Formats: sequence, C-alpha cells, structure tokens
Amino acid sequence: MFSQDWIEPLIKMAVVIGAIQGAVAYLVLAERRAAAFFQDRVGPNRVGPFGLLQPIADGLKFILKEELIPSGAHKPIFLLAPVMILASATLAFATVPVGYYFPAILGLKAPIAMTIAPGMDIGLLFVLAVSSLGVYGVILGGWASNSKYSFLGGLRSSAQLVSYELPLGLSLIGAILLSGSLRMETIMDAQATSGWWWVMLQPLGFAVFLISGFAEAARLPFDLPECEQELVAGYHTEYTAMKFGMFAMAEYMHMITVAFLAVIIYFGGWHLWYVAPYVEADQVTLIGALLRIGILQGKVLVLVFFFMWVRWSFPRFRYDQLMSIGWKIMIPLGLVNLLASAISQEFLAQDAYLAKAVVSWAVLAACFVYGMLNVNPQGAPSQHALAKV
Amino acid sequence: MQANDPNIQWVEEPQLGWTGRMYLTPIIDGLTITLNHFFKAARGDTFTVQFPEERPKFGNPLIYRGVHRLNKDDEGRVKCVACFMCATACPAHCIDIVGTQAPWEDREKYPQSFVIDELRCIFCGMCEEACPVDAIELTSMFDLTGASREEMIFDKEKLLSVFDQTIAAEPMKSKGGHATGKGA
Repeated sequence: MFSQDWIEPLIKMAVVIGAIQGAVAYLVLAERRAAAFFQDRVGPNRVGPFGLLQPIADGLKFILKEELIPSGAHKPIFLLAPVMILASATLAFATVPVGYYFPAILGLKAPIAMTIAPGMDIGLLFVLAVSSLGVYGVILGGWASNSKYSFLGGLRSSAQLVSYELPLGLSLIGAILLSGSLRMETIMDAQATSGWWWVMLQPLGFAVFLISGFAEAARLPFDLPECEQELVAGYHTEYTAMKFGMFAMAEYMHMITVAFLAVIIYFGGWHLWYVAPYVEADQVTLIGALLRIGILQGKVLVLVFFFMWVRWSFPRFRYDQLMSIGWKIMIPLGLVNLLASAISQEFLAQDAYLAKAVVSWAVLAACFVYGMLNVNPQGAPSQHALAKV
Repeated sequence: MQANDPNIQWVEEPQLGWTGRMYLTPIIDGLTITLNHFFKAARGDTFTVQFPEERPKFGNPLIYRGVHRLNKDDEGRVKCVACFMCATACPAHCIDIVGTQAPWEDREKYPQSFVIDELRCIFCGMCEEACPVDAIELTSMFDLTGASREEMIFDKEKLLSVFDQTIAAEPMKSKGGHATGKGA
C-alpha cells in the first residue's frame, strides 16, 4: 500500500515547498544584508548570531500584525489575490528539477528524480504558463483593494508582466531547439552530454531571457509595479500583515524561478566539467547525487546574488522606457535570436557546437553594432537644441 | 528667465564613445563600483557604530553641544550668579531661574532654582556663550532619555550632578575658583 510510487511525490512536495518557503525567508535576510553591504551599511545583525533569526522575527511580526481590509474592498477577491499569486508561484516548481537523480539505496525501486513531477514533457511550458498566472493575483489584488494607487499599480504591473512574457518565451526557443525537448531533465542532459552550456551557444537568447526575467520577476531596474514615489506600494498598497507577506514571498519565488530556469536552461543545471560530468541515471552514487544538487543550488544562489547586485547598481526605468524596451528592443532581439538559431540548427549538424557558437556570437556582435549605429542613447534632443528653436 | 536667454550657459552632455553606446562599459562600470562597496562593507569597513555596546567618537567633545551642566567652583558651590543672561539669550525659552540673595560674600545673588526643560532646548549653545562666569556649559552627553516629560525637566541638582559625571572627561573651559571672575 505504501508504495514508492505515491509516497515519493508527497515527500518531494513537502521537501520542495518547505525548502522554498525557508529559502525565501532567508533570501530576504540575505538581500537585506547584501543591500546594506552595497550601501556601506551593516544590515540586520541583532536577532540571533549574525542576524540569522531575523526571518523568524519577521514572520512572527507578519502573523501577529492586525489584518486590515479596506471598507470599499471586494472582500472575496481581496482575500483570494494573495493566495492566487502565492499558489501559482509555488506550483511553478512542480516541474523544476532541483538536482539530478538520487541513487536507489535503502531498498528503493528506482533512482529518484529530483523533480516533483519527473519526466514531464511540457516541463518548461508548464513553468512559463503557471508562473504567468501570477498576473491574476496582481490585477485582482490591485482592483479589489478599491484604491487608485493599487489599481494603477495593478494595471501597470499586469501590462509589464504581459509584455515581457513574449520575449521571455521567444528567447527560450533557441535553447529548446538545441536540446530538442521541453523536458527540463532532457535540456540539462543535452548540455551535460555535449559539454557545452547553452549560454555559450545562445548569448543573445540568454541576454534577452535575463532582462525579461528581471522584468517578469519585477526586480529592479524593472520594479515598476511598486515604485514608491508614484504609487505608494503599487498593487499591494492596501494589504497588511501576512497577506502582504504572501505577495512579498511570491515576488521572491518568481525571482528564484527565473534563477532556476536560467541555470537549468543556460548554465548546464547540475553539470560542471570534470566535477560532475554526465552519467546514466542508474550509475549515480550518493556523493555524486548530493554533489549535483549542490552544484545546481550553488549556481542558483550565484544568480540570485546577481539579481541583488543589479538592484543596487542601476536606476529604474521610466514606464514608457520599460514598454519601449520590451516591445521595440527585446521582442525584435528575441526574433533575431530565434531566426539565427533555427537557421544554424537546420544547416549545421547537431553536434557542430563550435560552428553554432560562432554563428550566435556573430549575431550578438551584429546586434550590438546595429544598436550602436542606430540607437540614440540620449533619446530626446538636448536642452541646448531645444533652446535654439 | 527664458530658455533662449543669452546669460544661460548650456552644458552639453558629453558624447558617449562606441563602447558606451553599446551600453557595455557603463553597465560593467556600475557593477564594479557596487561590488567594490559590497566587499568594502563585507570586510567590516563601514561607518556604523554598534551603539549601546560601542560609543561614537567625537571630533572634540569639548565643543559638542549635548546636555547642559552647571559648573561648580573650587569650594563645590554653584558658579552661577543668577544674572539671567542665559535665560534672556535662550531662543527656545527653556531656562527658568529663580534668583535670591547669595549666602556667600563673593556675589550678590545665586540661583535658588535653575530649571532647564531639555525637551524644549534646541542645543544651540547660546546660553553657554552668554554666561559671564562660565557657569553653564554644554557637555558631550547625547543619549538623553526619560520615561516622562517631567523627567526631562532638569533642576539645579540634576544639572550639578551632570557636572560631577562629566568633569573628569571634560574640564571646564575656563579656570577660576570663584564666581567673582577672579582668574576667569
């Protein structure tokens, strides 16, 4: 009765959900410490050693604070919105592999795949589809609050999320063509067997993916949904206590999802040359399995640090700039990348990785040169030019 | 002033180089600057003072304007002669003095009560400037707390006790034993 078939996914679900929630709590602490360091400050260091108990204090505060529901709010939808956004953000992890295989020890029937739903052929599509459902939470929360700030924030945010979904999807197609599958495990295996990470073969696709990913996760420099000068706090202005905490957690999960996708699709997942090369699923040792989990998580953490790093390095875009980057730059670049990868995939052999890399880097260089010659970095005419008129 | 006013000097934005127009070097420059700050702070090189455990350092505590004290002369008497100069100079009207006949030979009056409302005080130091006998001084005590407003109204005894607390670290700005100004 207690067969591995159905007890295994339950354990994996519990582990993944617990780990993600804990990771979110501690990444918030990490972000606060990193943000402090970037600004020559110290950051939270009082609660527990090195401030390590700060997330527990934050969580307690969130739970114990008074829950306010604005009198004009549409109560059912107001309460549903944070659940929607958190549920969709969590659900996206169903097909995301967190490692390679766990060996069949302790009387297990077969090696355990490090995914809640292993072998899902539409894995990547599922992640993209489910994580874009989060936009419902944003727009419902903004609308149900019955506040102008929330409503404008929700509209803005949904426009941003919808606009950047296109380049995000487009940029991934090149990598999907190279791997020949939407299955996340196959994408990692393809990189591990070839020894090439797709970031080397898809530099333009990766750039578009990363920039769209920043926008999709609503991280700076694209954090328009909650720009505090104009919109107080955007779509979650009216939310208090743990409902606000759920929005914040969902935003963090989006960032982790983007980091996982980037690592799995562009940075070889658990693969690292000589340290963790490709092996068959049933050949993995216990140490090898743990090593591969560690490598994948390590890469994800590096990328998450990059997200935090970028946050304190660049100013935010204006809303019109955000839209024009999305529609006039990112989508054309995604299309160029798609065209170039499709052509090189068609006319070059499957294992002609060096030739494909040369082609894609040449395309990237061509895009840079085109941009340099045709994009006016100043954008608007200068004050002096205006004064002469 | 209009935009075509001949007196306006327009400053043109410098033209970006070709790497700048590719946005590459500006992005790398920005990331490098922030990363340098990150490692600087991670090494512990910050301005932050861990306050209750660590005390901030003053450039010169003698010129810091913190809590007031009433100075005592060599015989342990209050130096103040109740001339009301500080109360008159005070822009916040936080000094309240009741003067009376001095029991000592060297002056006519002395303060029967001398009360400073530390909550009204703006710590401008004008009382210190005004005092002819250097009886009132501002110390470098800055962490002033109290549980009620009444607690923050300092009377003569309290101000004299501040003197006892701070005299070792912060000597009086002028020497002189007696309030008559002998050697002041």
